[in-house]
Amino acid sequence: MVKPDVQTVWGWLDAVPDPEIPVISVVDLGIIRDVEWAGDTLEVAITPTYSGCPATSIINLDVETALRDRGIDKIRLRRQLSPAWTTDWLSDKGRAQLEAYGIAPPSPAGGPSRCPRCQSAQLERVSQFGSTPCKAHWRCLSCLEPFDYFKCI
Amino acid sequence: MAQADLFQALLRLGDNTLVLGHRISEWCGKAPALEEDIALANTALDLIGQTQMWLGYAAQVEGAGRSADDLAMRRDVWDFRNLLMLERPNIDFGHTMMRQFLFDAYHRAALDALARSADPRVAEIAAKAVKEATYHLERSAETVIALGDGTPLSHDKMQTALDLLWPYTGEMFESDAVDAALAAQGVMPDPATLRADWLAQVQTTLGAATLTLPDDPFAHSGGRSGARHTEHLGHMLTQMQWLQRAYPDAQW
Repeated sequence: MVKPDVQTVWGWLDAVPDPEIPVISVVDLGIIRDVEWAGDTLEVAITPTYSGCPATSIINLDVETALRDRGIDKIRLRRQLSPAWTTDWLSDKGRAQLEAYGIAPPSPAGGPSRCPRCQSAQLERVSQFGSTPCKAHWRCLSCLEPFDYFKCI
Repeated sequence: MAQADLFQALLRLGDNTLVLGHRISEWCGKAPALEEDIALANTALDLIGQTQMWLGYAAQVEGAGRSADDLAMRRDVWDFRNLLMLERPNIDFGHTMMRQFLFDAYHRAALDALARSADPRVAEIAAKAVKEATYHLERSAETVIALGDGTPLSHDKMQTALDLLWPYTGEMFESDAVDAALAAQGVMPDPATLRADWLAQVQTTLGAATLTLPDDPFAHSGGRSGARHTEHLGHMLTQMQWLQRAYPDAQW
């Protein structure tokens, strides 16, 4: 087969959903750090979000499957720790998709700026930990709905 | 010899996170509130993830063909190098959170220093882990304040926990020849240098929690050197290592 250029591969990976938050892709999440050809092998560098995130092995499997489906059979996935993942790497597209899905995107202020459902700024934190390691549990005091907040790290 | 020192030091880091991670995972499904249950399980997950990195590097440094899993599941009590405080039973939620706070304050300071290690692998693992230790500390400090400065009953339970745990805190700042060798190479900080920052954090938080710091300097030791663990570690390992002991090399 003809080797696709890395830009094309980035486009393919942008269609691979995060297993826990399927509205954003692994590229939006900022965990794909590098895509390059080493001879006839495609190397993809992936960084974990949290050290113990159980989704990491599923993400590797999903990335590999997506590339194989496109006809690439020599794939090397590299785990890259440094620099450590930060929520600053979430794409603007990813942040907008998170909010539309009902998860408040990370904010350097340390908490959500508004309720993802009713936009109210009257909020309270229920717990620093939510349904996954990357999220905290908040509640809107206006519409009274609980929601997840993507922690800023 | 340098590699043997690094191996020991990495075991200390990985065994701390492994043993505490396992202990707090014992709360899974039975913590006093759903939010606390989830928080403890998530903290345990972070600590076990950090264990994989520390013990993975330890296995590589040792070069004896062992893996992180072998180190976690195939060693017995005398080969563990964790702090004694972390292997103690959970007792109750207050005791669990007091231990978590006393460790988190030390862990954050230690990882912060380790992130500047001359060993690039140590530095990158620590830079990743310190982000997690920072929010662990935020949460355990808030919980200790809420319970200490809570009802007379919760205050008394937290003071009892602090009095019980205090003699175990000194071991975190103990130094030996391994620490001296690694500090000289700029690979790891001398634990004694972390004490001032830790104490400042502990005094502020416990003050806000209306708790009284014991002034007895006596410190138990023997965990990080491996000389003398408490009886509790053996009991914990029979649970944690049960499957690999019964069915060696089992995989799923």
